[in-house]
Amino acid sequence: MSDIVEKTLTALPGLFLQSQLGGGPAAAKASFSSRLGSLVRSITLLTSKHEEEKLIQQELSNLKVTVSAPTTTLKMMKECMVRLAYCEMLGYDASFGYIHAIKLAQQGNLFEKRVGYLAVSLFLHENHELLLLLVNTVIKDLQSTNLVEVCMALTVISQIFPREMIPAVLPLIEDKLQHSKEIIRRKAVLALYKFHLIAPNQVQHIHIKFRKALCDRDSLLTRSVDWTPTAQGFQGCDVEADRQAFGQENASGYKDLTGSFVTILKQVVGGKLPVDFNYHSVPAPWLQIQLLRILGLLGKDDRRTSELMYDVLDESLRRAELNHNVTYAILFECVHTVYSIYPKSELLEKAAKCIGKFVLSPKINLKYLGLKALTYVIQQDPSLALQHQMTIIECLDHSDPIIKRETLELLNRITNAQNVTVIVQKMLEYLHQSKEEYIIVNLVGKIAELAEKYAPDNAWFIQTMNAVFSVGGDAMHPDIPNNFLRLLAEGFDDEAEDHQLRLYAVQSYLTLLDVENAFYPQRFLQVMSWVLGEYSYLLDKETPDEVISKLYKLLMNNSISAETKAWLIAAVTKLTPQVHSSHTVEKLIQEFTTSLDTCLRQQAFELKHLQENVDLMKSVLPVGKSCDDMMVDASLSFLDGFVAEGLCQGAAPYKPHHQRQEEKLSQEKVLNFEPYGLSFSSSGFTGRQSPAGISLGSDASGNSAETGLKETNSLKLEGIKKLWGKEGYLPKKESTTRDGVDALPLPQETAALENVDQPVTKKDPPPALTPSREEKEKQLLASSLFVGLGSESTINLLGKADTVCHKFRRKSKTKETKSGEPTSAHPNSLSNASYEEDYYLDTLQDIGDKELKKISLDSELLDSESFTELHMVEKPSDCNLPRPSLFADNNLEIFHPSQSPGASVANEVSLAAALLEDPTEHMHSPVIEVCSNETISASSYKIWKDDCLLMVWSVTNKSGSELKSANVEIAPTEKFKITEQLESCLPVIEAESTNIFQHSVQMENPSTEGTLSGFINYQKMDSHSVQLEFSVTLSLLDFIRPLKISTEDFGKLWLSFANDVKQNVKMSASQAALPSVLKTLQHKLRLHVVDMIGTEGLLACQLLPSRPCLLHFRVHADVLVLWLRSSCSALPDYLLSQCQRVVEGS
Amino acid sequence: MMRFMLLFSRQGKLRLQKWYLATSDKERKKMVRELMQVVLARKPKMCSFLEWRDLKVVYKRYASLYFCCAIEGQDNELITLELIHRYVELLDKYFGSVCELDIIFNFEKAYFILDEFLMGGDVQDTSKKSVLKAIEQADLLQEVGVGRG
Repeated sequence: MSDIVEKTLTALPGLFLQSQLGGGPAAAKASFSSRLGSLVRSITLLTSKHEEEKLIQQELSNLKVTVSAPTTTLKMMKECMVRLAYCEMLGYDASFGYIHAIKLAQQGNLFEKRVGYLAVSLFLHENHELLLLLVNTVIKDLQSTNLVEVCMALTVISQIFPREMIPAVLPLIEDKLQHSKEIIRRKAVLALYKFHLIAPNQVQHIHIKFRKALCDRDSLLTRSVDWTPTAQGFQGCDVEADRQAFGQENASGYKDLTGSFVTILKQVVGGKLPVDFNYHSVPAPWLQIQLLRILGLLGKDDRRTSELMYDVLDESLRRAELNHNVTYAILFECVHTVYSIYPKSELLEKAAKCIGKFVLSPKINLKYLGLKALTYVIQQDPSLALQHQMTIIECLDHSDPIIKRETLELLNRITNAQNVTVIVQKMLEYLHQSKEEYIIVNLVGKIAELAEKYAPDNAWFIQTMNAVFSVGGDAMHPDIPNNFLRLLAEGFDDEAEDHQLRLYAVQSYLTLLDVENAFYPQRFLQVMSWVLGEYSYLLDKETPDEVISKLYKLLMNNSISAETKAWLIAAVTKLTPQVHSSHTVEKLIQEFTTSLDTCLRQQAFELKHLQENVDLMKSVLPVGKSCDDMMVDASLSFLDGFVAEGLCQGAAPYKPHHQRQEEKLSQEKVLNFEPYGLSFSSSGFTGRQSPAGISLGSDASGNSAETGLKETNSLKLEGIKKLWGKEGYLPKKESTTRDGVDALPLPQETAALENVDQPVTKKDPPPALTPSREEKEKQLLASSLFVGLGSESTINLLGKADTVCHKFRRKSKTKETKSGEPTSAHPNSLSNASYEEDYYLDTLQDIGDKELKKISLDSELLDSESFTELHMVEKPSDCNLPRPSLFADNNLEIFHPSQSPGASVANEVSLAAALLEDPTEHMHSPVIEVCSNETISASSYKIWKDDCLLMVWSVTNKSGSELKSANVEIAPTEKFKITEQLESCLPVIEAESTNIFQHSVQMENPSTEGTLSGFINYQKMDSHSVQLEFSVTLSLLDFIRPLKISTEDFGKLWLSFANDVKQNVKMSASQAALPSVLKTLQHKLRLHVVDMIGTEGLLACQLLPSRPCLLHFRVHADVLVLWLRSSCSALPDYLLSQCQRVVEGS
Repeated sequence: MMRFMLLFSRQGKLRLQKWYLATSDKERKKMVRELMQVVLARKPKMCSFLEWRDLKVVYKRYASLYFCCAIEGQDNELITLELIHRYVELLDKYFGSVCELDIIFNFEKAYFILDEFLMGGDVQDTSKKSVLKAIEQADLLQEVGVGRG
């Protein structure tokens, strides 16, 4: 039949000319339909576009008058609308008629209404404002009893309907799903489907209706012809399945329907449908394809679901035998489905055969689809490509570019290191022939990717990339040049190879630039200028001066954009230090310091100033160091003076953006503790951190995530190795830390002002910065490794990292004390596996073990070494310590202020001992409950460690359910420096169990007492988080440790200290002798007795971390003369009062 | 889902256009112009499928008239080709040996038929009989309406 159509249409041009003679049915109709006919005829008679335009404008102005005239009847209006629509189709503006189209739809009789609706759907688009005027008409028509009106309304709804008005018609349309007429139901389902597409969340509930319609279907199918509405129901499911497949939502939502779909498909394939739905004797092909696609989506990666459909797929493959397009359409869909679902070898075999049929078909359409199918399955089954390799080769030189392109796509998928040259060659050939931008951009990207992945040698790589840049031009994806430059800059493992590649690039660009009148895209020129600027020094023959003059020539070219010129000047700037004095550079400076482009002018000025100071220029622009990471003071600490000045003058302190926002959000929770937890431990300058949570200085004011982001963003040209294999960020980072190179990427802001900032940014890093940088690196690494573990995890990680450092420090100390000790006896406490997760879990136990070992080692050694001191150590009565002798070595004279009954302490200590590092190593205070409520109780005790005071919080969950996000936070105070220690790794406290949290505390400013307050956060299952506040008091004595020095050292130090306090204290009768006083002091205040000479005693101590204080005692009858000296002004005063209390009180 | 359908003559005159996805007027014109150029430049024996921008284009020429559909990535090209053919069959049946002039002079009818066949970019009714029945019904009612009016 199509042949007939074809014949008729072929005869058309002839008919067309004779139309005025009235021959043929078309002409008869044309003469009948009056005005449009004459318009069309007059247009066809015209010869030029200009005449047509004139005629249509004339027509439109006539129409304009007619439509707005009040005398125009609706019938005339209908006719006008048709003509208007025709003019619009020809590309002329007929917007004046839009409102009349709406009116016509509203007021006309059926015939007129139909044209009105059509005109509206042709004229307006979904977001047109006039569309709102149509809503009422649509609602009215939906409620009409006239079938045709309802149909028209539904049609227009599915064509254009304002999204926000959907609720107004939704119930009406849902009603129509139960309509007695099939056509109405069908249109209603499609309208709903359309709503699903444009506003899925407004019609979520209709999925249930679709599903219901589907389930009804099963029974209906066999007895009734009324199946089509449900076919559309499938589409709803289809979309749903789509969404679920891609959105990773609960895909099982529709899996239960698989059985129904399979049954339906079986019935359709089996020819159970009425013949009406056959298309060229194939039963319901549209429905079959729809079903196959749904099955493909449902069976993806799902073995059980897939197994349900194997039979029916097999049947479909078998049945589709007819040599007709529509059978092939079904076959193609079938093959697609077979390769999408969980594989079954028999089916795959059959599908592969089908693909073969397609590929080998003489029909070009089928061949094309065959190639497409091959492309789709090639990764699963590369052998198929081998089977059809001859066809593929033929297709590669096919006259139809579409076939060629598909073949290239196929080849792209099977490229490897061996065939890359050929394939890229073919792709480049195609590239040179095509003109369509979309294709070029697409293909260029693929070539660049292949070249980077599989390049066999340098020359090939550079040449291919040259082709990519010159053809791809400025339309290509900016990643391509960026990646290329990064690749050049970072190089590979082989230094010589890098050198060669760079040299080759430089040479090839110089050759290209020598070509007269050659045109290169701006992007390519930018790439060239960067490479020449960086790597011209590798050249032997040509001097930098020659390169500069080439660049200068380009700069003078008018066709070059300002952006490229900026790149060019940057390149010249880099080359300038390598020449002694260049005339060209002078010319350039002269030329561009007066440039109208401010950016170029600035660069020229920079160059000018740099040139005046050759040494600076050389240090700022080192040769061949593009990839060496620059040290940049990211914190802009050099501005601190400026900031301080501003603050002094009353400026408001800077708050980072997120903090401002947070403050705005929660008025009562002004303090944002979390980020500061981070910066306290990570940076060396906590002093600059204001405890109020406001950063006065510039360092580390953001939280770590923010910093991390900034630093990664900045890696435009230097930094991360991305290409040539999948080495990511991580290995690179590791290697930099290992090499001790402080890899600090250029922060974004600085990068933007690169040239301006260079003198500042390239100077050597202040040494103080280094440790904190390393910390940051680690954090960055950690956050990239553990990303997504939740907010608590950052803190945990940090705590861990800190522990590592801490342990390292300690280890070295132990080594010092025991020089003769074989190192192998020490377990390496700086765990190599510090970043491994299991470490994370084992840490607690681990530490305990190690400490124990250490202690036992110590004790052996000690017995001989510190013999002299032993007599001074007294076994404390109220403490259960197994080996008091240990403490002599650890410089920790024992003092226990606790008055609580020993038994209960012992009990609680043993509990703590099980969970914590061995508490027997250090003294600790009794356990005190700090706070509690019905759910938890928290107690704490202090461990006086050598280098800090360790606060241990043990939080017990008394409830029967587990608690989440449990965390102890300490409010920052001026007095103390708090570092979160190794934390209980699990933020979850299980029912009736205890978690331990630790903070190491050091005193920042000496004072007799300070309060440490904080709160415990936790979250009960399914409820809000709860905060429980607590506070404990710390006294100065908690931070006093003995200072072991000799008498000579004491003498030297004594003279060097300026702050001195002297006082007479009357001693109590009981301890009138000096030795007993000293002993008491030694124990109660943790002082070290340096020497005792006659009536004089010398003692030394230090306030953690390292503020020494020396004490001199002399006894006169019952008066004790105390004389204290220290480097710290406040310390002697405080200590004196403590001594006084001890001496007088006891 | 079908994005749009175009009918244009070999001379590059647009005869019918139906858009199933909201597209601005300017963009429409640009797309029509570009696509017509691409399709008209193709030789008779070439493949009926194109990859154009991010869409797949399926076209077929009947006499001097090109029928051209743009579909999305996962849609089936061959069935779209058959869809075009079914539309031509419907036109042929309705007009009785359809020719380009029928479509030019009665383009609104061609739209009505298309609307009964496709709705919102998907096949509404695959049965030739029922589509034609729906059209005839509407035509009949129209005449009644006209008679009344």
